[in-house]
Amino acid sequence: MLWLIPALPLLGAVVNGLVGSRLPRALSSWLAVAFLGAAFGVSVSAVSNLIALPAEERVIHETLYQWIGVGDFSVNVAFWFDPLSAIMILVITGIGTLITMYAVGYMEHEHDYARFFTAMNLFAFAMLMLVLADNYLLMFLGWEGVGVCSYLLIGFWFNRDNLAVGTDEKFLSPRSSATKAFVVNRIGDFGFMLGIILMFWTFGSLAFEEVFHDAEAMFQIGAPVITIMTLLLFLGATGKSAQIPLYVWLPDAMAGPTPVSALIHAATMVTAGVYMVARSHVLYELAPITLSVVAIIGVLTAFVAATIALAQNDLKRVLAYSTVSQLGYMFFALGVGAFGAGIFHLMTHAFFKALLFLSAGAVMHAMNDMIDMRRLGGLRKIMPITFATFLIGALALSGFPLFSGFFSKDEILAEGYSRGAIVLWVVGVLVALMTAIYSFRAVILTFGGKPRWKEGEVVGAHDKDAHDEHGAHGLHPHEASPVMWVPLVVLAVGALFGGFVGLPHILGPNYFAQFLEPVFGGHELEISATLEWTLIATSTIAALIGIFIALRFYAGDTKIPAQLARDYPSLYNLLANKYWVDQIYDYTLARPGRWLANAFWLDVDGRVINGFADGLGHAFRNIGQRVRSLQGGYARGYALAMLIGIVVVIAVVVARL
Amino acid sequence: MLTVTHYTILSALLFAIGALTVLIRRNPLIMFMGIELMLNAVNLAFVAFSRFLNDMSGQVFVFIVLTVAAAEVAVGLALVVAIFRARENVDVDEIDLLKG
Repeated sequence: MLWLIPALPLLGAVVNGLVGSRLPRALSSWLAVAFLGAAFGVSVSAVSNLIALPAEERVIHETLYQWIGVGDFSVNVAFWFDPLSAIMILVITGIGTLITMYAVGYMEHEHDYARFFTAMNLFAFAMLMLVLADNYLLMFLGWEGVGVCSYLLIGFWFNRDNLAVGTDEKFLSPRSSATKAFVVNRIGDFGFMLGIILMFWTFGSLAFEEVFHDAEAMFQIGAPVITIMTLLLFLGATGKSAQIPLYVWLPDAMAGPTPVSALIHAATMVTAGVYMVARSHVLYELAPITLSVVAIIGVLTAFVAATIALAQNDLKRVLAYSTVSQLGYMFFALGVGAFGAGIFHLMTHAFFKALLFLSAGAVMHAMNDMIDMRRLGGLRKIMPITFATFLIGALALSGFPLFSGFFSKDEILAEGYSRGAIVLWVVGVLVALMTAIYSFRAVILTFGGKPRWKEGEVVGAHDKDAHDEHGAHGLHPHEASPVMWVPLVVLAVGALFGGFVGLPHILGPNYFAQFLEPVFGGHELEISATLEWTLIATSTIAALIGIFIALRFYAGDTKIPAQLARDYPSLYNLLANKYWVDQIYDYTLARPGRWLANAFWLDVDGRVINGFADGLGHAFRNIGQRVRSLQGGYARGYALAMLIGIVVVIAVVVARL
Repeated sequence: MLTVTHYTILSALLFAIGALTVLIRRNPLIMFMGIELMLNAVNLAFVAFSRFLNDMSGQVFVFIVLTVAAAEVAVGLALVVAIFRARENVDVDEIDLLKG
């Protein structure tokens, strides 16, 4: 029955892809919601079946057919369903259904609705294959599938040059952003592929069961081959999950429609790397060096992305850098060996970040796609529901006590501290502080204060193929339609209460960790209750200070941020320009790469290979030119040549006798 | 007494005259005569050796050669007629359309 879960969205994609553009808009859109919703229903029943089993037996293995069979080596299309995949499929189908439903409203003016919903359902299929696969090759199939769908959806508005309306900032066009995301991901995927090949080489199998069993039986902790293998797999994770050094594609991916940013670039696809590392925890636990690398990269990414988010003016980009930063937290958790805590944060983050993105999308929808926070403001009265949901999302993101993000972030920091990563913990707390600052900066600039726009003002002329007909008209912000705010409210409930399934053990039982115990093995935090209270207090205080600073800077004395930017121009420029990483990559990698490609095209292909082929032709022509005089059309000459030839042949034959 | 050597020498002479005719003359009709001369020189050699070796197969070859020669002349003369109709001229040296 497990196969139904990915099959339903696949069927939805096929139906919408083949006949969707001939169906009425409403039918096509709601079909996509229905197929994903049905997959959610099947997922819930599958998970309840799983929970009905005793804890140790909670693994369901289902083989559909043999995909590849060569001698002893075989790869099956088979599903591996355990508590970890259970959480992932619930997040993907559940939040995916809500976001698709929201998209019905968000894309209501779009001509090309069938293409959009096809790609959304296809994405869900690929993502579900990724998390349900029972071997690395099938996982890689899903991994590449989500990459393709991400590419298709980032470039959804491929005929528009710039989506940012009413801003002076220069962003990549959707098609360039899509290409960038795809190319950057290929670098990571290459690492993943090498890791899989090394795994096949070492174990002769790619199935989780055999690989994990053999790895524990064959290798000691710290075995070099496992270290290399896990590092290569982690390179794949840095691509898909936007970690240093491959995070640069995610902020530009915001060129896609907002539901895409919420589903793919916040809630699900970018967590594929986290899932993959958690799934391979047996291998990672054998490679302490890799784990340290994972933790350090995670914290570093969290820090870098959070600082950049402080200085961005585009609401969606603030959220994008925040996603990078939160993914960094998840890798920090994985790196210190707290796999359960990482997955917990993955789940709560899926709720509150999808919520934040969808709320931001509602703002864009209301403001004719204008998303520059310097020109928003005062929307709390016009869009009360969106304001409330965005606020809940921001509180959860900041780690405000009792919101979902509080519990998961606190668990990560506590785990990090208790496992001796004190320096990383300090940075993590700093990041929590900055998270609170930029979240509330976004809340205040967007919804607080007085409007910095005028009713009826025309913002930015739309392209010819504008996706909403009222685009060229003046601003008339309004609350989102019910089809959009209902998903927002549901997600807000998740962002509010989602954390209570994983309480710190001084407060109550951690059901989430218990559920994941069969996968990751149980462990207790080895710190005293006092210390744990202190840690909770520290991160709470960090969040509160951050919120306070944001209120002071952006709601109180609004001159302070500008003054700071003037006093520390180099620091401000560094952050506003995202550490110049895009430029550095451009000059060190993209340009040499393009130069090399040009050299291969014009010189190697154009001169060497073409030259060889052309030269061969020229050579034969020249030889022909020279010898053509032998055939002068003088028939008696031919006869003489023939005679001489025959005489010579006969002479030779006679001489031999 | 005429020996096989005499016949062979005569045959060689006739063949040489025929070959020279083909090489030197430009009129295709004369060239055909040269070719006929060469063929008959060979026929003479066949008959002479057939008698010398007491083997009849040489004489059988002569009939084959005669048949082939008749066919060849038929085709050749047809070509000459066709060329003459097209060009009003049958000088072999001027028929050079396949010049390289």
